[in-house]
Amino acid sequence: MRGALRHPSLVLGLTASGLFAVLALVSLVWTPYAIADIDIGRRFLGPSLNHWFGTDNLGRDMVSLIMSGTLTSFVVAALAVGIGAGVGVPLGLAAAAWGGVVEWAVLRLSDFVFAFPAIIVAILITTLFGPSAINAILAIGIFNIPVFARVARGGALSIKTLDFVAAARLAGLGNWAIAFRHLLPNIASLIIVQGTIQLSLGILAEAGLSYIGLGTQPPATSLGLLLRDAQSLFLLHPSLSLVPGLAIVIIVVALNLAGDGLRDAIDPRLKQQGGTGVAS
Amino acid sequence: MTLFVLRRLLGFAVTLLLAAAVIFFLLDLLPGDPAQFILGINATPENVAQLRAQLGLDAPAWQRLFIWIWGMLQGDFGQSYTQNAPVADLIGERLWVTMPLAILAMAIAIVVGLPLGILAARRRGKLLDTGIMVLAQTGIAIPNFWFGMLLALLFAVTLRWLPPGGFTSWSEDPAAAMRALVLPSLALALPQASILARVMRTALVDVQGQDFIRTARAKGMTMGEAVWRHGVRNALLPVLTVLGLQFAYLVAGTIIVENVFYLPGLGRLIFTAISQRDLILVRGATIVLIVAVTATMLVIDLLYALVDPRLREGEQR
Repeated sequence: MRGALRHPSLVLGLTASGLFAVLALVSLVWTPYAIADIDIGRRFLGPSLNHWFGTDNLGRDMVSLIMSGTLTSFVVAALAVGIGAGVGVPLGLAAAAWGGVVEWAVLRLSDFVFAFPAIIVAILITTLFGPSAINAILAIGIFNIPVFARVARGGALSIKTLDFVAAARLAGLGNWAIAFRHLLPNIASLIIVQGTIQLSLGILAEAGLSYIGLGTQPPATSLGLLLRDAQSLFLLHPSLSLVPGLAIVIIVVALNLAGDGLRDAIDPRLKQQGGTGVAS
Repeated sequence: MTLFVLRRLLGFAVTLLLAAAVIFFLLDLLPGDPAQFILGINATPENVAQLRAQLGLDAPAWQRLFIWIWGMLQGDFGQSYTQNAPVADLIGERLWVTMPLAILAMAIAIVVGLPLGILAARRRGKLLDTGIMVLAQTGIAIPNFWFGMLLALLFAVTLRWLPPGGFTSWSEDPAAAMRALVLPSLALALPQASILARVMRTALVDVQGQDFIRTARAKGMTMGEAVWRHGVRNALLPVLTVLGLQFAYLVAGTIIVENVFYLPGLGRLIFTAISQRDLILVRGATIVLIVAVTATMLVIDLLYALVDPRLREGEQR
């Protein structure tokens, strides 16, 4: 714990993103006003004691919308990280443990997936199944797969050369056992750091996809969808786009700070290199 | 070098071929019959069958895939059945908005981001460095389309310097077309410039510790001269890689920002196509985006080899 305190950006980042996460979770059981509570009579209200951030074009309370929208954004980004790590990490580990054809195949596959930016995947899935939050999860998740595969392979390759892995091999362990018993625990910190970064990228990506109508759909709400709702009105009522936009910026900055801080705390050597070492 | 180029070209071709196959078979899974769609619900089964034969829909899927690819190689992307025009023409027209937008944004990002990165590296640990890095950290976290909204609010509504949206075609009034692209390209450039500044700083800080900089200093160069003559050039290598990747995402990102400024680019075309279920148009537009992404990466790979001879793998010497 004392170690963590020496990294102020980690503390700040974790606290701020934790705060938003808690607000998001609270929205499951309580929001100041119900999300579906449409009341045209009180629309476009400015900030007040009753409505801290005012109300939107349908008279819905902005604080409630932000709380619930944050939850969607977090869930979408987190599930996308789950897909990316769940598929990518085993692929990367396999590439490092087996080498040869397996490694070649994993690298080519990740090159290939890189040719499909999340938005193109989202376009294809939306054409197939229609728009929904699941599209965004899949599209961002698929985009995350090669990222985690590369990080896992890179980390595992450097561990693989260490003596204890050679000892394990002498003891008769196969590739599977080495990958999961020895390589995986040692790259866990790398994966967690990358996960934090992908979580913040995922929140940005969800916002973009929902904004153009390929992601979360009403009546559910997300930070991106709030910006989509504000699109036709923001020139007249700027606060409708300011509040959700600022929420996104704060969450993403917080997650990035937490990610940078985690990396420095876990592996001080990376800090000296200047810090881009993880992704390459 | 020839071998290297040939291998990269082959990789490029295989990627595109596979991508085309993925897109084709994904969209082919969809229920619904284009022939039925074109003729409407009152069509007789005989007419539908006739049109299916005419459109070549009776052939097996893999055969239609090759006909599609063969056509694209000759510039024929098929006929859009909702807009009644060749897909190639529809896309080509929109690219006149999307491509200049992406290129302009990249140019702004380079002109702003690289010097800031160099400046931060030269003043490492000083207030200026911290200031630039805080800016960059924030810039990365700002969604480009939201930044676009803020720009429109400030420059179009409050100051009235630039149009808040819409587009005049290049042939009609090039100056107005350019003005319409200023705010969207600024919006797209912000996160890109932030990323470039960070990468440039890191790369230059790395290079500054290298032996050849010390040698240059020993020869009597000032630190500034040594960094400028030797450092920046070497630091540009990692920057180039990031530039390639970022340009690819920039092309995709234009689709989102076009939406803020009501620009008639590729994005608008794709959304219309999705809502009207014009699959031929969707697959044509997505493959064009993928070509743009993959081609950028190919060019960067080749440039990389040109700049750094060590990377020309397969060279026998």
